[in-house]
Amino acid sequence: MKYIKVLLNGIIKENPTFVLLLGMCPTLGTTSSAFNGMSMGLATMAVLIVSNFIISLIKQLIPDMVRIPSYIVVIASLVTVLQMLIKAYAPEVDKSLGLFIPLIVVNCIILGRAEAFAAKNNPLASIFDGIGIGLGFTIALTCLGAVRELLGTGAVFGQTLWGENYGMLMFVLAPGAFLVLGYLIVVFNKIFKKA
Amino acid sequence: METVLSLILIIITAIFVNNVVLAQFLGICPFLGVSKKVDTASGMGMAVTAVLVVATAVTYAIQKFLLDVYGLEYLQTIAFILVIAALVQMIEIILKKTMPALYQALGVFLPLITTNCCILGVAILVIQKDFNLLEGLIYACSTGLGFLLAMVLFAGLREQLDLVNVPKSFAGVPIALITAGLLAMAFMGFSGVDGGLKVIFGL
Repeated sequence: MKYIKVLLNGIIKENPTFVLLLGMCPTLGTTSSAFNGMSMGLATMAVLIVSNFIISLIKQLIPDMVRIPSYIVVIASLVTVLQMLIKAYAPEVDKSLGLFIPLIVVNCIILGRAEAFAAKNNPLASIFDGIGIGLGFTIALTCLGAVRELLGTGAVFGQTLWGENYGMLMFVLAPGAFLVLGYLIVVFNKIFKKA
Repeated sequence: METVLSLILIIITAIFVNNVVLAQFLGICPFLGVSKKVDTASGMGMAVTAVLVVATAVTYAIQKFLLDVYGLEYLQTIAFILVIAALVQMIEIILKKTMPALYQALGVFLPLITTNCCILGVAILVIQKDFNLLEGLIYACSTGLGFLLAMVLFAGLREQLDLVNVPKSFAGVPIALITAGLLAMAFMGFSGVDGGLKVIFGL
């Protein structure tokens, strides 16, 4: 029961994108389509789960003074591994996400969860927290990407709904990212916070 | 002459056409976080510009003289982020001793800069774009100025936003994001300028 609560907490109550507003750079930068948003979400989730697990395992070994640098080293190593895996097995994802894969290192969600959750809880709970927050992030990015792709090109996940002629290209470009995220947060507030 | 023109092209592209915040989405956290007042926004912008230039110089040296020489390119991410974190700490200590007034002004923002993705992003981009050291430094400096420009413009808009009544569910971040979207739309007017300048300069 406790673990399910941890899981749901990350998806709704502490949704990293809509509530905590963390990790905005990849959120805006990689969501030009639903697929790109989803790949970024999954990549971040993978790093988050493993880093939460490792940091929670070694938390007693790290002196308090150097804990942030140690976390960064753990996260950076994981990101490097992930970057190599993506380059080897999914080169097209590597091409579309580009610079934002190494930048997962400075995604404040990961360091934030290490500090706020993994450093205080047992490894199993930390894994569930990673899955929950990661899923929350992935869902948010996929929604944002789907809305932008639909408005911009008239398709979702590459499936044409009403054809490119009715698309507003602006939504695929930079301004659309800010606008759509702003309106999605409004919708999220309206539904879950009854604002 | 040609090098000067190509440097001017890099400056204009980095500040206006490919603005680091509004077109490349790097450094969004401070852009949204510390842009409520024009003073703090400009302080943050200047701190980022200074750190960007120093960090780019150091990471460039590390890439060329350490990673490339010994075939350690895969350590790029780890090496860069550690160097940047250490560098920010060092700048903080040096500023505190030598320029206390400037430290007072920038102090609060310096620790935040470590996790500002535009520092690591620019360091990696300079290597990816195969710039030489001078081009890299000019690029880093103008990216920082572009960040400063976006911060100051956005902070000005947000100061005005404080004076109006916003619907409750739009209050705070959502209306700020929508404002940023409109600002990004304005900056889209610069797109293509770099191509035109390239023709005019004959590069």
